[in-house]
Amino acid sequence: MANVISLDSILGVGELKAPAEAPPAAAAGCASSSCGSSDGPADMSPEVWEKVKNHPCYSEEAHHYFARMHVAVAPACNIQCNYCNRKYDCSNESRPGVVSEKLTPDQALRKILAVAKEIPQLSVIGIAGPGDSLAAGGRNTFKTFEMLAKKAPDLKLCLSTNGLALPDHVDTIANYNIDHVTITINMVDPEVGQHIYPWIFHDHKRWTGLDAAKILHERQMLGLEMLTSRGILVKVNSVMIPGINDEHLMDVNKAVKSRGAFLHNIMPLISDPAHGTHFGLTGQRGPTAQELKVLQDQCEGGAKLMRHCRQCRADAVGLLGEDRGSEFTIDRIEAMGEVEYDQEAARTYREHVEGERSGRHAAKAAAQADVVETVGTEVQPILIAVATKGGERINEHFGHAKEFQIYEVGPKGAKFVGHRRVDQYCEGGSGDEDALGSVLSAINDCTAVFVAKIGGCPSQNLKDAGIEPVDRFAFEYIEESALTYFKDYAERLGQGAINAREGQDAVIRTGAFTALRA
Amino acid sequence: MAYKIKASDCTACGACEAECPNNAISFKKGAYAINADLCTECKGQFSSPQCASVCPADCCVPA
Ligand code: SF4
Ligand code: SF4
Ligand code: SF4
Repeated sequence: MANVISLDSILGVGELKAPAEAPPAAAAGCASSSCGSSDGPADMSPEVWEKVKNHPCYSEEAHHYFARMHVAVAPACNIQCNYCNRKYDCSNESRPGVVSEKLTPDQALRKILAVAKEIPQLSVIGIAGPGDSLAAGGRNTFKTFEMLAKKAPDLKLCLSTNGLALPDHVDTIANYNIDHVTITINMVDPEVGQHIYPWIFHDHKRWTGLDAAKILHERQMLGLEMLTSRGILVKVNSVMIPGINDEHLMDVNKAVKSRGAFLHNIMPLISDPAHGTHFGLTGQRGPTAQELKVLQDQCEGGAKLMRHCRQCRADAVGLLGEDRGSEFTIDRIEAMGEVEYDQEAARTYREHVEGERSGRHAAKAAAQADVVETVGTEVQPILIAVATKGGERINEHFGHAKEFQIYEVGPKGAKFVGHRRVDQYCEGGSGDEDALGSVLSAINDCTAVFVAKIGGCPSQNLKDAGIEPVDRFAFEYIEESALTYFKDYAERLGQGAINAREGQDAVIRTGAFTALRA
Repeated sequence: MAYKIKASDCTACGACEAECPNNAISFKKGAYAINADLCTECKGQFSSPQCASVCPADCCVPA
């Protein structure tokens, strides 16, 4: 552990070196098509960039640097989804099977202030359930935001909803300055919808079957249009359910794009009989990693895709991919008493990232230009799994990784395409074989795995499975390292020293990513 | 006549409380309960008892 740099020392305020000098040629013009990052400032209007740049869920780049926090103040829901068991949290935005602490708006406010004090990376407060944030009149949701806007006006607010009640609340959303809304839209055709939603509660009635799906669809589209016409950023989440809406999600992608959705996030169905959901009990399976990626690739070019969503719990705290929620229990927060909000620490951190950011854009573009020059454009892209704790660096030990970020790297550049949860291989010191098996199956479609450090034994096992363990880029930036590796890989491929790794698939792990495993 | 909540199935989500037109439902001693004196089964107000229609656990039932 000693030689693994902690997150704080990498993200720590003031400790970072100045951003690398920007090579002038690259800085001059970085066309968005050639720039590996899917969401740099070149891709959007200044107002939109201003809104998303520090938001870990909306900006793939920001998700390396900023933290979000969900507060579970909205337990009620107004629809039933077949992938959700209401005994647990809403799986639109959280993993089913984990009951969270429900908070009153007062408790939520105190929790937020307490977290902000300890985590200066905090930039976004979201309400995503555990039910629907706008069900039951959205009372708790708006109460929480109202208090928060007074205490900590620089935090961004966002909420997630299934969309049924959305048209009734668009004005309130605009009044509270909530500039990000997520709608879960799984279909744009009631024929498809009836297999996903057994019922909805609307206009004082319970509706079922086609009627239910039709009303939900109309309300979702109306709500989406109302939001985008007011300039509120909308992210659409879709749950990919093989055999039910998988191909249909391409239509969803077109429909939401034409109505102005900013991002489309396709998430895999998480289904397990133990969760007690309808789909879990009927044996409906979730997609494999490659099925998900193929669909996401097909939608590329439509509404901008987001691939870094972790389907966090409704009470998640921290950078994406980590959950420190369990550190901030009601009891602990009550014990802290009154906490004042310190805008200064947060501001210093944001300024630091701002500096880091400009250097990063230029450095990535330069590394990519170099690859095109030496490799040409013929070589097929490959996938690389990366063990990281944030900061866009390879800074996690193989055995400590709870997830791997997956990068696709090729002549077009390196881009983040997803993440895979794994069990920690090394829990409490010694690695265990089952966990290693689960890591292998989760990254089986990758050519290499980048780590800060790795033991001899797992390293050999990875090689045997045809995945190259790479620790020579420890603590370097991910994208530049991936490009350097790709250059070398293409060379070895050309000499016939290695073979391309094609046609492999990987397993999407369900519910493995918890701070404390049950 | 009135409705009641089967406490063993209730998830304490509060959806019913928000829908009841007669404020008959409240959260007391850690659980949601219906005050039978205030409950009208929504007769004359809605076509179905609102609590039962919205409840995700189907645990609002005739007393
Ligand atoms: S659930 Fe998805 S959208 Fe929400 S905070 Fe987590 S990653 Fe972001
Ligand atoms: S039946 Fe109607 S009046 Fe009675 S508790 Fe339920 S919602 Fe309230
Ligand atoms: S709606 Fe049902 S589950 Fe929710 S609090 Fe009321 S009785 Fe309990």
